[in-house]
Amino acid sequence: MRHALTAVRNFYGANPLHLLALIGCFALAGYAAAQTLANPQWPVMLAWFAAAVIGHDLVVFPLYALADRSFTGALRAVRPRGATAPPLVPAVNHIRVPALGTGLLFLIFFPGIIQQGRQTYQAATGRTQEPYLGRWLLLVAAMFAISAVIYAVRLGRALHRRRDRRPGPRR
Amino acid sequence: MSTNETGTRDRHEEYGFPAKLWRAVERRRPPGLDRTKAWRSPLRGPWLTSVFGLVLLILLPIMIITGLLSYAAYAPRFGQAFPAHVGWLRLPFFDWPTRPVWLYRLNQGLHVTLGLVLVPIVLAKLWSVVPKLFAWPPARSLAQVIERLSLLLLVGGILFEIATGVLNIQYDYVFGFNFYTAHFYGAWVFIGAFVVHAGIKLPHLVRALRSRPFREELRTSRGGTRPEPPDEEGLVAADPAPATLSRRGVLTLVGGGSALIAVLSAGESLGGAARRVALLAPRGGYRETATDFPVNRTAASAAIRPADVGAGWRLVLVAGERTVQLDRDRLLAMPQHTARLPIACVEGWSTVQTWSGVRLRDLAALTGVPRPASAHVRSLERGGAFSQATLQPGQVTDPDALLALRVNGADLPPDHGFPARVIVPALPGVHNTKWVRSIEFRSA
Repeated sequence: MRHALTAVRNFYGANPLHLLALIGCFALAGYAAAQTLANPQWPVMLAWFAAAVIGHDLVVFPLYALADRSFTGALRAVRPRGATAPPLVPAVNHIRVPALGTGLLFLIFFPGIIQQGRQTYQAATGRTQEPYLGRWLLLVAAMFAISAVIYAVRLGRALHRRRDRRPGPRR
Repeated sequence: MSTNETGTRDRHEEYGFPAKLWRAVERRRPPGLDRTKAWRSPLRGPWLTSVFGLVLLILLPIMIITGLLSYAAYAPRFGQAFPAHVGWLRLPFFDWPTRPVWLYRLNQGLHVTLGLVLVPIVLAKLWSVVPKLFAWPPARSLAQVIERLSLLLLVGGILFEIATGVLNIQYDYVFGFNFYTAHFYGAWVFIGAFVVHAGIKLPHLVRALRSRPFREELRTSRGGTRPEPPDEEGLVAADPAPATLSRRGVLTLVGGGSALIAVLSAGESLGGAARRVALLAPRGGYRETATDFPVNRTAASAAIRPADVGAGWRLVLVAGERTVQLDRDRLLAMPQHTARLPIACVEGWSTVQTWSGVRLRDLAALTGVPRPASAHVRSLERGGAFSQATLQPGQVTDPDALLALRVNGADLPPDHGFPARVIVPALPGVHNTKWVRSIEFRSA
């Protein structure tokens, strides 16, 4: 028995239980997918399913990774020439965090913000989507403003500490 | 910088059948997939991935259970759940309870709010494992090929569920297919892949979480943040850049994203003052009052004409051969009952109001069927998926199950179903039929 198990493992590359579990997973997915075949819209659903993976892994991820790398590169580039010491307070996360917040809120609430589905929204709720763009922009402004205030406070404290550590010519 | 190739290398050199093929694939690395340079984040590693994994392992079962219960709440045995016929892919039939009255409200509020809150965590989890997508060779055995294919179902499943759910709650039907069908079967594709993935990865998760004490990680600042030791999975960058964020920082960032979404959306389920804070939620950002509270489907969009609901309106009660017609004054002359009940929508929003009207069981008794096996309610609304609904026996006989005529002490507003609407504890919102035309009490 142990011998047979080892043989399967060498051939397949994992415990036979691994194979059984995965067959179960594909069978369930196949059964669920087969249920949708009665619906004439199944090819559109399949396309959206595939687009979800491709859209995230090959479009959204490369884009935000590139954006972040360009941004951190640009931050380095604007530092004064000959500056050897690291910045007193790195600005990077003070821009990254509100930018991520902005993107996240847009990602989730974009239908309201760009008024997509205007008619169905109005028929269902009796209201319009008009307020959403303004609210989102205010939230974006608030996030960047709070981040800027925190940056200013941190910078002030860092400058203060440096002055205390290195007595200036006045003393 | 050279990778740690001792110890882990031995396992990597194990090839399944056909070993020649896997070796050949490994030698033909496409340009650009040189992992030593591409991945720079010093934070990626089994520990961080496992923290995100653990959070998802705890919260995703809640999504699955609330989702399946949501389907059961539509009373699928009457063929009125969507999709109607799902083969084996449902819980056994059971009567959806009417108590606690907030049951459906809680279920949907959890499903939708938690679903939104999970978005940053899912994105962070995907970010943490993305190097594996581009790792070379893609597989060293049949087992790895099959497992990677199942990841397509896992990742596709969760992103598909998020995308369809997020669009649906905002009435943005760009996808052009039936939401219920897609979200329901998409969930089952995901469930299988999730269970298997969790089962396969659980030992890795436990080992990785034990590798770094959580509290110590929470005390480590950016300056002290070092990459995790190289792992056999290839998550840890071979040539990491200096940290711009600590692990504590990245967890705070992701948690903060979730908290932000929670604050901006939970209010549409909680109601009251919290609704004003739910600035971006489809049923949020305003103060709810006794006369202005959230509505689903306006009278105008349901094509309710003033003539339909004027003085000529009659409620038609049917039981077998027997028919009883009542006008609104007759209904108002019957014993009135008041109950504070939520309307809770499948889309997660809810609102609790004070409804008064005639008990459904009194109407049933009037037709001579005091304990009906079901009640079929029809609306004046023409067409539409919810112009009718069938109620279970308990949903007719519950003392708070009403044919409401008034809300908060005033006649029902047109958008809330004037002249009369059904309101039953813990019933899905759309089954609380508005602009009621007839109720048929069925004996069997």
